[in-house]
Amino acid sequence: MNLEEYRGVWVFIEQREGKLVDVGLELLGAGRALADKLEVDLCGVLLGSNVKDLAKDTFEYGADKVYVIDDPILEQYRTETYMKAVGDLVRKYKPEIFLYGATANGKDLASAVATEVMTGLTADTTLLDVNLEKRLFEASRPAFGGNIMATILCKKHRPQMATVRPKVMKKLDPQPGRVGEVIEESISLKEENLKTKVIEIVRSAKAAVNLEEAEIIVSAGKGIKDEKGFKMVEQLADVLNATVGASRDVVEMGLCGHDHQVGQTGATVTPKLYIAIGISGAVQHVVGMQNSEMIIAINNDPDATIFNVAHFGVVADAFEIVPLLTEEFKKALKNEVEAEEGGVAHV
Amino acid sequence: MNILVCIKQVPDTKIIKINPKTNTLDRSSAPAILNPYDAHGVQEAVRLRKIHGGKVTVLCMGPPMAREAIKKCVEIGADEGYLISDRRFAGADTLATSYALYKAIQKLMKQDGIDLVLCGKHAIDGDTGQTGPGIARRIGIPPLTNVIKVEEVDLDSQQMKVRRKIEKGYEIIQSKLPCLLTVEKEINTVAYSPLPNMLRAARYEPIVWTVDDLEDVDIKQLGLKGSPTIVGKMWPPAKSEGAKMIDGDVKKQASELVKHMLEKRELFEVKGGEQA
Ligand SMILES: Cc1cc2nc3c(=O)[nH]c(=O)nc-3n(C[C@H](O)[C@H](O)[C@H](O)COP(=O)(O)OP(=O)(O)OC[C@H]3O[C@@H](n4cnc5c(N)ncnc54)[C@H](O)[C@@H]3O)c2cc1C
Ligand SMILES: Nc1ncnc2c1ncn2[C@@H]1O[C@H](COP(=O)(O)O)[C@@H](O)[C@H]1O
Repeated sequence: MNLEEYRGVWVFIEQREGKLVDVGLELLGAGRALADKLEVDLCGVLLGSNVKDLAKDTFEYGADKVYVIDDPILEQYRTETYMKAVGDLVRKYKPEIFLYGATANGKDLASAVATEVMTGLTADTTLLDVNLEKRLFEASRPAFGGNIMATILCKKHRPQMATVRPKVMKKLDPQPGRVGEVIEESISLKEENLKTKVIEIVRSAKAAVNLEEAEIIVSAGKGIKDEKGFKMVEQLADVLNATVGASRDVVEMGLCGHDHQVGQTGATVTPKLYIAIGISGAVQHVVGMQNSEMIIAINNDPDATIFNVAHFGVVADAFEIVPLLTEEFKKALKNEVEAEEGGVAHV
Repeated sequence: MNILVCIKQVPDTKIIKINPKTNTLDRSSAPAILNPYDAHGVQEAVRLRKIHGGKVTVLCMGPPMAREAIKKCVEIGADEGYLISDRRFAGADTLATSYALYKAIQKLMKQDGIDLVLCGKHAIDGDTGQTGPGIARRIGIPPLTNVIKVEEVDLDSQQMKVRRKIEKGYEIIQSKLPCLLTVEKEINTVAYSPLPNMLRAARYEPIVWTVDDLEDVDIKQLGLKGSPTIVGKMWPPAKSEGAKMIDGDVKKQASELVKHMLEKRELFEVKGGEQA
């Protein structure tokens, strides 16, 4: 493999039912910085049926070029068709870096393409950079089991690929009128030769838990011990009108579903207020919540690492302070209501 | 219906501790367990065998101690277990792992034929979920990832339908057999093992293969050598200034916290405000 032949930063632009998915635009933001450093083009890869018009939006978010394959056979995501399409593009145009959103289909595709073109793939990265001297992509992620980050390199294979969770990277401010080049390619697959077929797609309009858009999150860690502790956290969340989050351990304990999980393999959240109760602050959790506006941590261990990222901390037994906090907050709100109503009466 | 389940032995990441001084894993603190998602894979295979007959085989790449994870699968109901174990497999990333497993699967396919391959959604030590689709690509069968339900298996027409979890919903996808599924926990509950299974598992010895037992292996694609990704540097994440700690008794702590929370006053709608 001649590494010198591989140039350019690529982003897989996921679309769902004809609409661009945010994570693709976020990755254009991250990819722009890498492409500028390397002085190469930032390119999107857009696949689907009747999707060509979406290309112009990607230019506004930073893409220089978009490779489009617009074919009815690509209407729904299928690994076999998308893997072939992306594999062909990679073989033909040889990008050096290729980013995918870590969505259900993005992960599926990236894994299949990595094998298709025989290259390395780093999962769930949270930090991307390049080493210019060695012209190497540095994809970093929280490492196994603890409070440490690791940079994964792919020295001898191209493209260097990574998946990135939604909401981890930032979109650029769109530049209306910014244009780029659309490169249309085709795919030579016949429906009758395919092995899979999507029969039905069912999406509920509203997700049951929407952590990513929540403004207030009250999160439970293993320190809350059991169902009773979890109830206690839910009660506080109720009074605050907050969404309930959780560490992975709490999800694994079966106290709530995975859609409540915050962190590297859960949701990345940016609420105005995040209250962490009985959460130790493992890096896999912290990467998912460190950009919250105000973080309050409650833990009975004064050395818990969660206090490093929190703005306010209390060393206390959750079972003592959380019910108290719920009561105090209720009271405070009630007082305000009364004060306000009193105020209105005077007018 | 012959079903192959790929299973991995992993350290229990719920228990594992990190040495804060050296930033290394304290491996002795973590017992090795069967990857929880793979237990669901075995359970699903056992369920399908009950309906469609056939055999459930598990395959694992790992050190000799991974035998224990295979025995656990026999407890759940697997008929047979293969361990591929060899120093030359060591240090494999997902590309090299899928290659090694593929070589073993090729041999098993020749032996008995395989209608379906199951993997876990991901292994909890790395959470990559890349191995399953990698294996499928190498065998040349479709991968169906994040499966939460097997809707239908029709052996006559060699088709199956599954429900895949996707953002905010699911899709139903149909595939020719053989294919490969990666399963989510929702797919089933892992039942308590019946006594005969436990007894069988206690005595069971998995079949162990080394690289030399596999055919047409390109040694360069195995283990560390066959892994395109390597770990560069490791570092502890940057520490911020740290929290302002609130001291005093719990009562005082609680009321101080409330004060700080109310700095974000705009977040809390005053109920009853509309009345005014
Ligand atoms: C590949 C991989 C991906 C991962 N992804 C995620 C992820 O997305 N999200 C995630 O959260 N984790 C993730 N993890 C797990 C992560 O490494 C930690 O294990 C996990 O976040 C710890 O959860 P915890 O803080 O609830 O539990 P623990 O680490 O056990 O902490 C419990 C805390 O509660 C405190 N406590 C105990 N009793 C009380 C009490 N009575 N009152 C107050 N405090 C108390 C303790 O002092 C301790 O700090 C991942 C791990 C791996 C290997
Ligand atoms: N060493 C291994 N031996 C057998 N199966 C494995 C191995 N590593 C990964 N797998 C399978 O691939 C799935 C995903 O693993 P991973 O890609 O590491 O997250 C697991 O749930 C297993 O089914």
